[in-house]
Amino acid sequence: MRIMAQMAMVMNLDKCIGCHTCSVTCKQAWTNRSGLEYVWFNNVETRPGLGYPRTYEDQDRWKGGWIRQPNGRIRLRGGGRLRKLATIFYNPDMPKIADYYEPWTYDYDMLLTAPADSPHVPVARPRSLITGEEMKISWSANWDDDLAGSQEIAVNDPILAKMNEKVRLEYEKTFMFYLPRICEHCLNPSCVASCPSGAMYKRVEDGIVLVDQDQCRGWRMCVSGCPYKKVYFNHRSGKAEKCTLCYPRLEEGLPTVCSETCVGRLRYLGIVLYDADRVTEAASVEDEHDLLAAQRNAFLDPHDPAVQVAAEAAGIPHDWIQAAQRSPVWRLIHDYEVALPLHPEYRTLPMVWYVPPLSPIVDEVARTGNDAEDHRVLLTALSTMRIPLEYMAELFTAGDPRPVELALRRLAAMRSYMRDINLGNPPQEEIAAAVGMTGQEVEDMYRLLAIADYDERYVIPTTHGEIGRAMAAVDPMGCSLDEPDGVGMNGPGLAAAGHAHSEADHGGSHGSGSPGGAQRVRLTLSRREDLDGFPGTPGFAGGAL
Amino acid sequence: MTALEIMLWIVFPYVSLTMLVVGTIWRYRHDKFGWTTRSSELHESRMLRLGSPLFHYGILAVGAGHVMGLLVPKTWTEGMGIKQEAYHLLATVGGGLAGLATVLGLALLIYRRRTVGGVFQATTVNDKVMYVLLALPILLGSIATVMYQVLGGEGYDYRATISPWLRSILGLQPQADLMTGVPLYFQLHIVAAFLLFAIWPYTRLVHAFSVPLAYPTRPYIVYRSREANPSIRRPDRGWEPIVGPVSLDRSRGGRVHPPSEDPNP
Repeated sequence: MRIMAQMAMVMNLDKCIGCHTCSVTCKQAWTNRSGLEYVWFNNVETRPGLGYPRTYEDQDRWKGGWIRQPNGRIRLRGGGRLRKLATIFYNPDMPKIADYYEPWTYDYDMLLTAPADSPHVPVARPRSLITGEEMKISWSANWDDDLAGSQEIAVNDPILAKMNEKVRLEYEKTFMFYLPRICEHCLNPSCVASCPSGAMYKRVEDGIVLVDQDQCRGWRMCVSGCPYKKVYFNHRSGKAEKCTLCYPRLEEGLPTVCSETCVGRLRYLGIVLYDADRVTEAASVEDEHDLLAAQRNAFLDPHDPAVQVAAEAAGIPHDWIQAAQRSPVWRLIHDYEVALPLHPEYRTLPMVWYVPPLSPIVDEVARTGNDAEDHRVLLTALSTMRIPLEYMAELFTAGDPRPVELALRRLAAMRSYMRDINLGNPPQEEIAAAVGMTGQEVEDMYRLLAIADYDERYVIPTTHGEIGRAMAAVDPMGCSLDEPDGVGMNGPGLAAAGHAHSEADHGGSHGSGSPGGAQRVRLTLSRREDLDGFPGTPGFAGGAL
Repeated sequence: MTALEIMLWIVFPYVSLTMLVVGTIWRYRHDKFGWTTRSSELHESRMLRLGSPLFHYGILAVGAGHVMGLLVPKTWTEGMGIKQEAYHLLATVGGGLAGLATVLGLALLIYRRRTVGGVFQATTVNDKVMYVLLALPILLGSIATVMYQVLGGEGYDYRATISPWLRSILGLQPQADLMTGVPLYFQLHIVAAFLLFAIWPYTRLVHAFSVPLAYPTRPYIVYRSREANPSIRRPDRGWEPIVGPVSLDRSRGGRVHPPSEDPNP
């Protein structure tokens, strides 16, 4: 047994309203640089829909992730090592800029410099940020938001293509939901395995997958190797870049920018312990439907005394083990079994999991005039409304509807059980029992899903090592215009730390020890207290400061 | 031996090789961030699909041929029983095909770079100088091969003059007089090649030195520990401070990358 700690995320899709705040704040923090105009480390997709880049889930075309060979071993779907080297001069599986979208700006100067007495209204035309030429905008990262153009666009959803014709015609009046996506920080990352230079790596301490910007040589194999298409090519620097899980923030005990700014508070961050020796075995099981169970089986229960002893022996700090015990992610995955991985069939063992949305079913029940909080009605609806269920199964369980159904039944039971409590009626224990839970468990789950505070949603042990290392790089309170002579509201002082790097565990050469960094952490923490009325818990988020 | 000959066949090769070796070490130590292929596949892939493998596999074969012809002494091949006529035939046919692939590939890549908007915008002044100095020895070498080896009957036996001269340079016992009677286009090809070597480390060509030979034998998943004490490191070149998402002059169109921000000078 080789115990490792993994920082993982769960998103509760029922609470996502598709506002894209996570995407925008992530972009402001990480990808507002030239070369990355088209890049969204975090994006929110409407499902059914094509996703970003278009049809990335069609692995027959894009060849991401792993496949199981007849001999029982897995290999990269895009080909083995020698094939990777042979196609190094031209990667046949790499998406083009048009598969993402061509980024643009507008001729704003035309508005400012137009003569005052001109008879014509000045127009700011769109201009490509790739070629500098005028262009017609015809696609973007969110072109099919809210099923826009669904008759032409969403019908090409690779997930719908796997389902039958009837579904394709009926989905539109049936359901729609949002799917926010970041890098999965997989236990078995195919991007890392694809990198010829060995520049990509999984951090031992927290499992975050990073690109070493000094070692990357721009061979582009990670871009095609990732089935989620969450490694991007910076066309200016010629290097790969990806979601860093905001590691400079996590190291200080702060949640990622996307979590911090999520208005629906639907994201959870916490530690999951797992056995690294079981990863390959779990990724190699024959039946795709067994992948979910195999991945759960690779996890280790932090409440098990034997696991605790082994973890301490493996050098995992004591407060990290405590954090694993309090981890909301572990509870949603293991205790309540309502969180599911995205596309386990890619065999990368992803570590950003999702609570599937009950709302499409609730909406449909309410539309027919029935009581959408009655557990009998809801549970019946669940077994009759197969289309959303099967669609979610294609997303979260490689097509096996049973785990999705169990998760949704639990969410439905919780809804019904809590109604009685809210109305002052005696709670009905049999509702909880019908989904294999106790009333207390349902209430605990309700608390975690519905009203959990900052410190319950984000249980982030701080990194052991010097403090205040990289905070100057990601400034949650700063403004991107806070450069010297900039027009940012905070003036140049806050951004004086300067060399903020994009990514990679490149080192805190930037501004470590600058007083601004520690001050900003305190600012952020005090803001957190304003929001939640809770001071930081010692030993966990921010406590070390 | 004239002063020009000493300059061309002794001084210049050593200056060039020094720039190559010292420059490579310097660049590796100070600019790992700039050490990349700067691939343009994101912008265009149809022409790249043909042009890039044609050029790269072609130039690799040409390079292998040069190693065989220049570094392996004639006495060794003759000791193996390969006569000069047979060697000439083999080298001319093999080298000719590899050279043809290289030239065709390079022509397609340069055409693509000029005509595809995104690729042209990503081309720096450094790239343009590099393309000229890369194309020059390739074209001069091709001309020399066609003139002397293909059309010239028995062909020119460079293994009696050029090869021992190059080995004398590498062995630090330069014999410039070996180069005196070498045909003009071979001489021009050699000068152009050393010019290319001299600028090599300062261009994107450095990516040739990072062939990922370790990839087939390393474990698939790389684990790495968080850097222990990174705060003492000096910022490397290439790590620029964050600026606003789109500056005003970019919204005017034209060059997307202002020349002063050339990522690979």
